Amino acid sequence: MSEPLLSARKVRKQYGLTSALDGASLALDAGETVAVMGPSGSGKSTLLHIMAGIVRPDGGEVRYRGEELSAMGDARRSALRRTDFGFLFQFGRLVPELTCLENVALPLRLGGLRRRAAEKSAGQWLERLEVGDSAAKRPGEVSGGEGQLVAAARALVTGPRVVFADEPTGALDSLAGERVMRLLSAAARETRAAVVLVTHEARVAAYADREIVVRDGRTRDFASTSSTDALR
Amino acid sequence: MSLGQTILGLLEAHPRHGYDIKRAYDAHFAQGRSLHYGQVYSTLSRLLKYGLVEVEGVEPGDGPERKRYAITNAGITDVNRWLVTPEDPEPYLQNTLYTKVVLALLTGRSAHDLLDTQRTQHLCRMRELTRRKEEGDLVDSLVCDHALFHLDADLRWLELTADRLDDLTAKVTADYE
Repeated sequence: MSEPLLSARKVRKQYGLTSALDGASLALDAGETVAVMGPSGSGKSTLLHIMAGIVRPDGGEVRYRGEELSAMGDARRSALRRTDFGFLFQFGRLVPELTCLENVALPLRLGGLRRRAAEKSAGQWLERLEVGDSAAKRPGEVSGGEGQLVAAARALVTGPRVVFADEPTGALDSLAGERVMRLLSAAARETRAAVVLVTHEARVAAYADREIVVRDGRTRDFASTSSTDALR
Repeated sequence: MSLGQTILGLLEAHPRHGYDIKRAYDAHFAQGRSLHYGQVYSTLSRLLKYGLVEVEGVEPGDGPERKRYAITNAGITDVNRWLVTPEDPEPYLQNTLYTKVVLALLTGRSAHDLLDTQRTQHLCRMRELTRRKEEGDLVDSLVCDHALFHLDADLRWLELTADRLDDLTAKVTADYE
């Protein structure tokens, strides 16, 4: 069996006296979307941050394409986050002073691409996520749902292998949330990007291929491809 | 909800007379609609016929003799199969799911596992509906949305119940004492 694209194995993390994760594991294959569910404070966002190399675990290991993440230096992990990983948070975290187009072009510019080429690619991604009209607007001038789609375009513009989405629809109404999930899922499928989708909403998790549940810092994996399989 | 399997679950917790079965049922599941003796005895006679319960002892009373019923191995297999098999996800399942959770607690099974299995079943169905919605037109979307919102409500109930299992265990045990 081939090694997963990204995996966390028995990771532990403690914040002061509070244990955030206590032996959580998750393996992600290329192109698959896994929903990470669980009650508030269960450790699901901590797991995402550790798998993305933002937070170092106290124990256990995280491997990306066969390489241990915690053994990498800061510069290497930062580069990885720029080139191989994309991020989408609950509140898009767009730069308010830049236009939506410039926001989406930003990761490419940081990677050294010239402005014209970066903005051309950014424009294509905005069109693909149906928010081409927002290109010249600043984030404050678009709706929450449109802003989140701009943020999704920014997460996908570098062609990441893994997208980390932390409650991407948490601040949106049902219809806007559904639009974000529909377009994000379709784009991830087309580009073969894997997605780690942290959510507490079952209707959002239903866009994923499978789900794991984090409870009290531990993960429970539910391999579930069909109703019939779950009965076995 | 299956009355036969509910009675089997109560008998698995320990053998009881017909009167005790009715009392235990009313305490845990009746919610204002208590069980009639006729329903208890007709169900018991059916369970006896299929070998799922047996008469463990007969005690003389003031009136007619009192029979004490016990679950058989076949009965335990039957109730176990019912408890571990998730319900087909459909709206308004709470009554059955609540009964299963209480019986799991009374018989020393894992209520967490029961809730998790059902949760998986619900999410599978939600995933199927979401795919259908993505591939369909507006009418498909509206039909699927209705089912999705109902399943979502059930799932929230499953999650909240899982969070409240410690409290529920204490209550069920107290009712049982």
